[in-house]
Amino acid sequence: RWRLFSDLLYKHNFSEIIQRASKIFVSHSQITRLYSRFHSLDKGENGALSREDFQRIPELAINPLGDRIINAFFPEGEDQVNFRGFMRTLAHFRPVEDNEKNKDPSAGEPLNSRNNKLLFAFRLYDLDRDDKISRDELLQVLRMMVGVNISDEQLGSIADRTIQEADTNGDMCISFSEFIKVLEKVDVEQKMSIRFLH
Amino acid sequence: MEGTSWDLALVVFEVWLSVVLGLIVLPAMFGVSLGFTDLYVKALVKTLEWATLRIQRGQKEEDAVPAHLPNGIIEKDDGSMEEEIGELRRSHPKSLAGGDFTLCDAFYFCKKGIESIVEDQVTQRFTSEELASWNLLTRTNNNFHYISVRVTIIWGLGVFIRYCILLPLRVTLAVLGLSWLVIGTTLVGLLPHSNVKTWISDLIHVTCYRICARALSARIRYHNKENHPKKGGICVANHTSPIDIVILANDGCYAMVGQIHGGLMGVIQRSMVRSCPHVWFERSEMKDRHAVAKRLKDHVADKTKQPILIFPEGTCINNTSVMMFKKGSFDIGATIYPVAIKYDPQFGDAFWNSGKYNMVSYLLRMMTSWAIVCNVWYLPPMSLQDGEDAVHFANRVKSAIARQGGLVDLFWDGGLKREKVKESYKEEQQKMYSSMIKGRLPSHERQDCEV
Repeated sequence: RWRLFSDLLYKHNFSEIIQRASKIFVSHSQITRLYSRFHSLDKGENGALSREDFQRIPELAINPLGDRIINAFFPEGEDQVNFRGFMRTLAHFRPVEDNEKNKDPSAGEPLNSRNNKLLFAFRLYDLDRDDKISRDELLQVLRMMVGVNISDEQLGSIADRTIQEADTNGDMCISFSEFIKVLEKVDVEQKMSIRFLH
Repeated sequence: MEGTSWDLALVVFEVWLSVVLGLIVLPAMFGVSLGFTDLYVKALVKTLEWATLRIQRGQKEEDAVPAHLPNGIIEKDDGSMEEEIGELRRSHPKSLAGGDFTLCDAFYFCKKGIESIVEDQVTQRFTSEELASWNLLTRTNNNFHYISVRVTIIWGLGVFIRYCILLPLRVTLAVLGLSWLVIGTTLVGLLPHSNVKTWISDLIHVTCYRICARALSARIRYHNKENHPKKGGICVANHTSPIDIVILANDGCYAMVGQIHGGLMGVIQRSMVRSCPHVWFERSEMKDRHAVAKRLKDHVADKTKQPILIFPEGTCINNTSVMMFKKGSFDIGATIYPVAIKYDPQFGDAFWNSGKYNMVSYLLRMMTSWAIVCNVWYLPPMSLQDGEDAVHFANRVKSAIARQGGLVDLFWDGGLKREKVKESYKEEQQKMYSSMIKGRLPSHERQDCEV
C-alpha cells in the first residue's frame, strides 16, 4: 500500500510506467487496472510474480490447462515475471479492433494479430518450442484436459486421428502452418480476446 | 513546579473522564442518543462530497482514473462448457468418424484461464473493497487520485481530528466498556441462579456493547426487528470482522461460540461465561465435529438460554460477497434466524484482513476511521425442509442473506484465503470435458473408455 501511495506522491514514476506500457496496451485505464491487478497478485511485493502467485487464483488452479497458461508468462528458464512481461502476454488477448486506434506502421505485427493469437495457442501444445506438435506433446495436453476419464488407448487413437487430419507433409507432427490451416475457419479474434468494460 | 503540572494533568484528566462519562457512556448505557453521531455523520458526508467534486475537477484527461466498476472489469461469457466449446467447433470442418476432439478446444480453457488472471471472483474477496470515490483516508488511496492543495489540507485536518481527538476518546470508551464487562460479569457470577441474575447479566452485556459501539462511532440501523432471533434458535450472519459481534449484540443478547484464547481475549471470555452460558471450546475440542454438534444441540434444547450466534463462513470476508456456509450449524435441527450485515465502506473499512493486520493494529485502524455505518437486516426464520440435506439448507440460507444484503452469492470456500483449492473441482471440469469427447465416439470404442 505504501508503495502505491508513494507512487502517487512521486507521480512521474507512475506516469513513466504508463508511458512505457502504452506501447503495449493503448488505453490508460486498462493499464491502471492491470497494474492494480498485478500488484494485488504480487504477495511478496517485490515487483514480480512467481508461479505460486498465479496458482493462488482458485479459478486458474482448477483450470485443466492452468499450468500451461501460467507457463506462457514465463520466458525460457525464468521464474519471475515483471509488469512488462505480464502485460506483453496479456496483450495477445486484446481484441483485434483495438488496433484501429493505434495505427503505427513502424511497430510491426501487433501482439494481438490473428496470427499471434494462434501462435499463443500453438505454444500451449508445443511445450519444447521446436515449432512442431509431436504425438507425445498432443497426448500430454489431452491428458491434462480429460484427467483419468479416458483410457490411454482411446486417447492415443484420438491423437493419431487429429494428427492425421492436420498433417499435410507426412512428418507425423503438426507444424504451425498446418495448425493455422486446420483452424482457418475458427473465429479466433472473438474466441481468444478479452474485452474490457468501460 | 513539577507538583503543579502533575496536578494540572490530573485535573484535565478528571474533567475529560467526567465529560466522557456524562455525555457518552451514561446515555449509551440507557440506549439514549444525544445526536452527536448523527450530526457528525452528516457533516462527514458533506465534506466527502465536496472532496469528491474537487478531485474530479482537478483530474486531467490523461490521468483520468477509471471509476470503480461493481460488475467487474472485463466481459465474461456465461455459457456452459458445452455451449462454448460447441460454438468453437461449429466452424471447424470435421468428420465425425474420429473422437470429438479438435485442436481449438484448448481455446476455451485458455480464454477462461486468462480471464481469471485478469479478474477472478475469489481473491478480490480477501482484500478491502475498492471505493467509488476517495474518502480522505490514506489507506484507501490506491487509485492514484490527483490531490489538489485544498483537498490535501482537508485530508491533513482529517488526520489530526482522527488521530488526536477521536482516537483517544474512542480508546477511553473501549477501555471503559470492556472493564465494565469484565467487572460486571464477574460480580454477577457470584449471584445464585435466578431470573434476576439473568436479567442483570443481559443488562451488563448490552450496556457494554453499547459503549463499545460508541467507541467505534458506529451508526447501526436495524431492519425488520420482528424477526429478531429467539431463544432456542441459532442466529447466522455473514462475517466481515470481529466487530460484527458488537453490531449484533447492541440489539439483543446472544450466546457466543468460539475458541478459548489466551491473553486479554481469554480474560474477557472467561468472565463472560460466569454470568450467562456461552459456548467456548478448547482448541482440541474444535476438531471433534461430534462433540461440537452435541454441545450446540444441548444449548439449543435449553429454552432458557440465549440464541447462539454463529458465522458459518468461518473466516472474515470483505463484505462484497457471501462465501460457502459450513454445514455444521445447519445439521443441528434448530430454527435458523438469518441476519445480513452490510457496512457502508465510505466511512471506514470494517474488513479484518487477518493475514495483513493483527487484532491490535486492526482495532487501531477501526478507531482511526471516520465511523462505522452499517445496516442489519433480520430475515424470517428458516428450518430444514423435508428431504433437504444440510448442505442444501445452508446454501438456501446463504442465498437469502446475499439477496437481502446486496452481496454476491459465491459457492467458493472462505478457507481459500489460506488453503489451496480442492483437486475435486479440477476433476469435475475434466470429467465434463471428457463426456464431450466420449459422447460422440462409435459404440465399440465407447465401452473401452471407462478407466
